[in-house]
Amino acid sequence: MAGKTLYDKLWEAHVVREEPDGSTLLYIDRHLVHEVTSPQAFEGLRLAGRKPWRGDSVLAVPDHNVPTADRDKGIADPVSRTQVETLESNVTSLGLKFFPMADVRQGIVHVIGPEQGATLPGMTVVCGDSHTSTHGALGALAFGIGTSEVEHVLATQCLWQKKTKAMQIRVEGELRPGVTAKDVVLAIIGRIGTAGGTGYAIEFAGSAIRSLSIEGRMSVCNMSIEAGARAGMVAVDEKTIEYVRNKPQAPTGEMFERAAEHWRTLVSDPDAEFDAVVEMDAAEIAPQVSWGTSPEMVAPIDGRVPDPAAESDPVRAEGMQRALEYMDLKANTPMTEIRPDKVFIGSCTNSRIEDLRAAAEVVKGRKKADNIKLAMVVPGSGLVKQQAEQEGLDRIFLDAGFEWREPGCSMCLAMNADRLEPGERCASTSNRNFEGRQGQGGRTHLVSPSLAAAAAVAGHFIEPSALKEA
Amino acid sequence: MQAFTVHKGIVAPLDRSNVDTDAIIPKQYLKSVKRTGFGPNAFDDWRYLDPGEPGMDGSQRRPNPDFVLNQAPFDQATILLARKNFGCGSSREHAVWALTDFGFRAVIAPSFADIFFSNSCKNGLLPVVLAEDEVQNLFEQVEANPGAQVEVNLEEMTVTAPDGTVFGFTLDEDRRHRLLNGLDDIALTLQFADDIRAFEERQRREWPWMAL
Repeated sequence: MAGKTLYDKLWEAHVVREEPDGSTLLYIDRHLVHEVTSPQAFEGLRLAGRKPWRGDSVLAVPDHNVPTADRDKGIADPVSRTQVETLESNVTSLGLKFFPMADVRQGIVHVIGPEQGATLPGMTVVCGDSHTSTHGALGALAFGIGTSEVEHVLATQCLWQKKTKAMQIRVEGELRPGVTAKDVVLAIIGRIGTAGGTGYAIEFAGSAIRSLSIEGRMSVCNMSIEAGARAGMVAVDEKTIEYVRNKPQAPTGEMFERAAEHWRTLVSDPDAEFDAVVEMDAAEIAPQVSWGTSPEMVAPIDGRVPDPAAESDPVRAEGMQRALEYMDLKANTPMTEIRPDKVFIGSCTNSRIEDLRAAAEVVKGRKKADNIKLAMVVPGSGLVKQQAEQEGLDRIFLDAGFEWREPGCSMCLAMNADRLEPGERCASTSNRNFEGRQGQGGRTHLVSPSLAAAAAVAGHFIEPSALKEA
Repeated sequence: MQAFTVHKGIVAPLDRSNVDTDAIIPKQYLKSVKRTGFGPNAFDDWRYLDPGEPGMDGSQRRPNPDFVLNQAPFDQATILLARKNFGCGSSREHAVWALTDFGFRAVIAPSFADIFFSNSCKNGLLPVVLAEDEVQNLFEQVEANPGAQVEVNLEEMTVTAPDGTVFGFTLDEDRRHRLLNGLDDIALTLQFADDIRAFEERQRREWPWMAL
């Protein structure tokens, strides 16, 4: 019999009950909650007279609607304010753990979970948010759910699930200098497509994935959903264990060592069989820039906007044509000739300290180009912001003409005041380039933090190594 | 949840792949704390020529005449027909609420994104997966004969096209049962409260750090 995959192990450890048709009642260890997808769930609970099954499994935080400037003035938009206040009253009335906007620990839910040690290896982690896959970087089974499921987890601590197929994406070899975790995941999505992982849980493996830091692995797992997979994960190694050590909610002392011993088993067995395997050569991955309105529409920085006329599948060609029209781009334009109007460095994909360091390294001693109307840096949490300020990164950005903001989801989806105006083009470290995602009529190019920083400095996309000396 | 057994209605052809949940319900409408009222803003960016904000009076806005749901008889459609990977992107259940609030009871496509599919089944909106050539066939029939009715039968797991052609589809038994009977998931799960407690006791013994 074949060995077990990491996904098998995580799944089997959480089965409460299995029905003959395979429907499984799966136990949930950690439930992250934000203001957008939870109000209807709390209301449903209240109307049915139910209480949370295990309140201590919840960590709640407002992130989507919070302003990233002038926090002392509160939330100007009354509808956003109501949503944030509704979260606060829901969680405080039930005594659930909550980081309000003024708390230094507040931030994007997928940044603060690992930062607090609220998400640990071996856990099942859910949140009413598709980017919950991020937490899989710690060797956890983490996936996004809808609001009905949020209510179900609150009421029962479980979810009805069917085990999906398992896919291994193996990236072997050494990444070229300047190629980051974000480029790896964009290249993967470009290769397998936005539905390539649908119906699968993806394990990212191979020497190039192992070489990434835990934060880099989070950027990769974060975008599993852009490849269609609800869950993405990376096997536990010593980096994982050292990352978790001393986190506020992690076990301590002898209990930590006991936990670590268990966590080291959270790897796919050497003889495990996957339903699908994708192999990629790390050395072939270049820095990526998206050109269209789907995350699979990516090109290498030294490439060109593709030509729909060269596409044989008519449905696909029409999709490309529509994307080029929306993006106001011409086929065969070199990627380096595309000139953004705004630059956004942030989001649950790329707002951790390493992301900010990478961007600051490019920006240091340089200035924002004149055609860039706004370059903003939005740290993923108050603690990331604090750390960055201790390292002087805020000064580097401010001296270059960037804005240094308060933590939140911000212009990744523009639910707060940070947004693109119609027709504006943005170099963004976020995860989705859908039509209107960053503001109605806005045009998004997905890139890594260092590429976003380089675009801000040069005024067009460019490899950081090609920038003139600072 | 509203049960789904058999539904016959007008089909709106939305000839696009990768229709994402940001398109189905743009972010500004997610600020609502209710489950209802999203229908007027379903596909807002495609449906109106002017930018929309919560609280606007829809009758004062400029509809986009080229968008299928603004065209009779498709404005009365109850079944949506689309291309592959429907509902990709964000987990927002508001996308499903927007479709049901508009009046849709079923969506037919060659494939769906996983979270949308699951959300859909929990709200009585039936996601029907047909083969690409079957979907193509339906597009041709509906475009040639706008307003023609299609029947979706969950008991038999069939779709009957306007010309009488019958296409079969599948849905896992558990979801089918819940949809056919409009069952409340939570009440069903709580029947297994003892199993959940037993699991928790075992986990506390073996891996006490999991519930710190």
